[in-house]
Amino acid sequence: MSLNLLEIMAFALMGAALLLGLIRLLLGPKAPDRIVAADTLSVITTAGIAGVGVVLGNVLYLDTALIYGVLAFVAVVALARAIEGNRT
Amino acid sequence: MRLAADVFLLVGGLFSFLGALGLLRMPDVYNRIQAGTKAATLGALSFLIGVGLLQPEWWTKLVCIGGFILFTNPVGSSTIARALYLAGVRPWQPGSAETAAGQE
Repeated sequence: MSLNLLEIMAFALMGAALLLGLIRLLLGPKAPDRIVAADTLSVITTAGIAGVGVVLGNVLYLDTALIYGVLAFVAVVALARAIEGNRT
Repeated sequence: MRLAADVFLLVGGLFSFLGALGLLRMPDVYNRIQAGTKAATLGALSFLIGVGLLQPEWWTKLVCIGGFILFTNPVGSSTIARALYLAGVRPWQPGSAETAAGQE
C-alpha cells in the first residue's frame, strides 16, 4: 500500500525512537543502562515489525513480531537474573 | 477509517519517540526504566491499534501481540528493577550527583 504524509511521519518517529534508544544502548555508562535500552528497543521494534507488515501487505510479519517479542522478553529476564546473581 | 488509523499511528510513533528521548535524557537507571517502559508500552499499543484500523482482518494476531506486550513489558521492567535493587544500585539523589550521566 502507498503511504500518505501522516504515515510517513509516524514511521519516521519510530525510526527516530530506535535511533535514540540505540544511542543509549551504545553509550550507556554501565550494563543496566544497556539492558533497559535493549528492553525499550525490543518493544518499539515489535510494533515496528507489525508496521512493516502493513506496508508490505504480508500477514506473516505479525507472526515474526510475536516471536520477536517472546524472545526479547526471555532475553531481558535472563539478563536481569544474570545481574542479580552478581551481588555476592 | 484511514484518518483514524493515521492518527493512532502518529500517536504511537510520538509516544515511542518520547519514551526513547526519556531513555536518553533521564539521569538514573530507575528513571530510565520508568520512562522507557510506560511511554513505549503506550506507543506500541497505539501503533498496533493503528495497524489494526488499516488492516481490519488482522485483528486476532494484533490482539495477541498487544496483550503480550501489555503483559510482559511491566513484568520485564519490574524484574530489571528488582535485580538492580538487589544488586545494590542506589537511586539517584538530586543533590549528590553532579552530572546527568553519572551514577555513584
